[in-house]
Amino acid sequence: MSIEIDVNNVANLAKLSLTDEEKAVMKSELGAIIGFADKLAEIDTSGVDITAHIVPITNVLRADEVTNQPDRDGLLANAPTKADGYMTVPRTFE
Amino acid sequence: MNITELSLAELSEKLHGKELSSVEATKAYFEKINAVDGEIGAYIRLTESVALQQAENADKILAEGKGTALTGVPYGIKDNICTKGSITSCASKMLENFNPPYDAFVTTKMNAENAVMLGKMNMDEFAMGSTTENSAFKVTKNPYDITRVPGGSSGGSAAAVAAKEAVFTLGSDTGGSIRQPAAFCGVVGLKPTYGTVSRNGLVAFASSLDQIGPVARNVEDAAVVLNSIAGHDSLDSTSVNRIYGDFTAEMKNGVKGMKAALPKEYFGEGINPEVRAAVINAANEFEKMGVEIQEVSIPAMEYALPAYYVISSCEASSNLARFDGVRYGYRAENYADMDELYKKTRSEGFGKEVKRRIMLGSFALSAGYYDAYYKKALQVRTLIINGFNSIFENNDFIISPVAPTVAYKIGEKTASPVEMYLGDIYTVPVNIAGLPAISMPCGADKDGMPIGMQLIGKAFSESTLIRAGWAFENR
Repeated sequence: MSIEIDVNNVANLAKLSLTDEEKAVMKSELGAIIGFADKLAEIDTSGVDITAHIVPITNVLRADEVTNQPDRDGLLANAPTKADGYMTVPRTFE
Repeated sequence: MNITELSLAELSEKLHGKELSSVEATKAYFEKINAVDGEIGAYIRLTESVALQQAENADKILAEGKGTALTGVPYGIKDNICTKGSITSCASKMLENFNPPYDAFVTTKMNAENAVMLGKMNMDEFAMGSTTENSAFKVTKNPYDITRVPGGSSGGSAAAVAAKEAVFTLGSDTGGSIRQPAAFCGVVGLKPTYGTVSRNGLVAFASSLDQIGPVARNVEDAAVVLNSIAGHDSLDSTSVNRIYGDFTAEMKNGVKGMKAALPKEYFGEGINPEVRAAVINAANEFEKMGVEIQEVSIPAMEYALPAYYVISSCEASSNLARFDGVRYGYRAENYADMDELYKKTRSEGFGKEVKRRIMLGSFALSAGYYDAYYKKALQVRTLIINGFNSIFENNDFIISPVAPTVAYKIGEKTASPVEMYLGDIYTVPVNIAGLPAISMPCGADKDGMPIGMQLIGKAFSESTLIRAGWAFENR
């Protein structure tokens, strides 16, 4: 398998903006890594189940009880910008 | 008495025997750190005032004849493990000023036993790397030779234990990040079975692979630390609820009559001859102690490394989506809209290797490629698990190298990501299968650089590995 990576599309999916120089390096490095990952195609996995997770745990449920105290100030302490007890961001719609 | 030379067991005995106070021990460690860490660079941040306060508290508890094996013992903690009130940066500009609003499960455990936190350990940014060269803040050096890397990503954790700058440290292991630096620095590193130690408060890299574990001077010390941190946590839904018991209980029972396997895939192409010889020699030592050794094979093993890089990068790209400059962490200065805020923040906040892995994961999960890479890797994961299972039907543990080489020069492998990744070939299968493994010294090369071996067991067989490791250490 030889794959042409659309670096612009992947960077957009990853929410990264890369300079032209970074894109060129990324394209060549990702190409090498994916070339290496293409080894996976060699092995026959037809009929093999996937393992997404090693521990056979399904949903973990608990009673809906509050176990921690509210700490708005503590949680907001790390927010880059805030106002009136909320985090603030640029306008998202007009 | 040279305080910093004492093992955890020795120091604990002296603290409980009132031969030494925790404050004295803590001060001795800061003296040692001040003397050597300028050169080694194991610590990313010291927490001296917190430490001295914790040491005073520990001394009060010890004075009453109370406390545990960890009370008053100075240790270090990897900088991707949350410590309330102390910056937890993941060695990233993204979290340079992040002050966690809560303690990780393991931090809570340490605090409950009144262990003394000396500081936070340097690492590869977000635990992505094998050399600790990817830290946004500093490069950690190997205490055996400061022109060489300490390994990674828990390079600071391993270097500090080797340089006697902490009694023990906590690290995290996603693909070998405890075991490989332990091997490069000649110390003991233990990666527990997935689910044994809560990941609550560990900044996620690849959630299905990450585990926290100890780095220590010997097997017994690692077992004592594991005793403290193993256990169920309702705040981690993957935490396994079982009785873990005392990991030192069977430690001295010997290995006579045990069976160990040497998988041929671990001794093939690419391994340094001196590393190979040292690990084979260790297997011979086990044989002399009454262990029956047999050669085995796990055919799917050669696919473990590509499967690992696909799975871990996919999970990372998803996990690291949370770093968007909105709620916490770095935010870029000038932006016109949300999209630009996200992109500028992430592009300025993440380093090169982190961006590379996010890109790789985003690619492998994207439309058209998901089946060929991500799904395929998860199928290969099943085959690797099956391969290990069949070995453990007839064997108590596996003996293998930790890495194909000893510690290499700083800068030697930074040019080629693939070459760097190849160094993880012997450690990643363990994470893929969620198994426990110990990395411990088994010799040195002609330059005196430590060589590590890896003992791998079936799930929840830490006691067996500790028993085997202790027997080897005390042979």
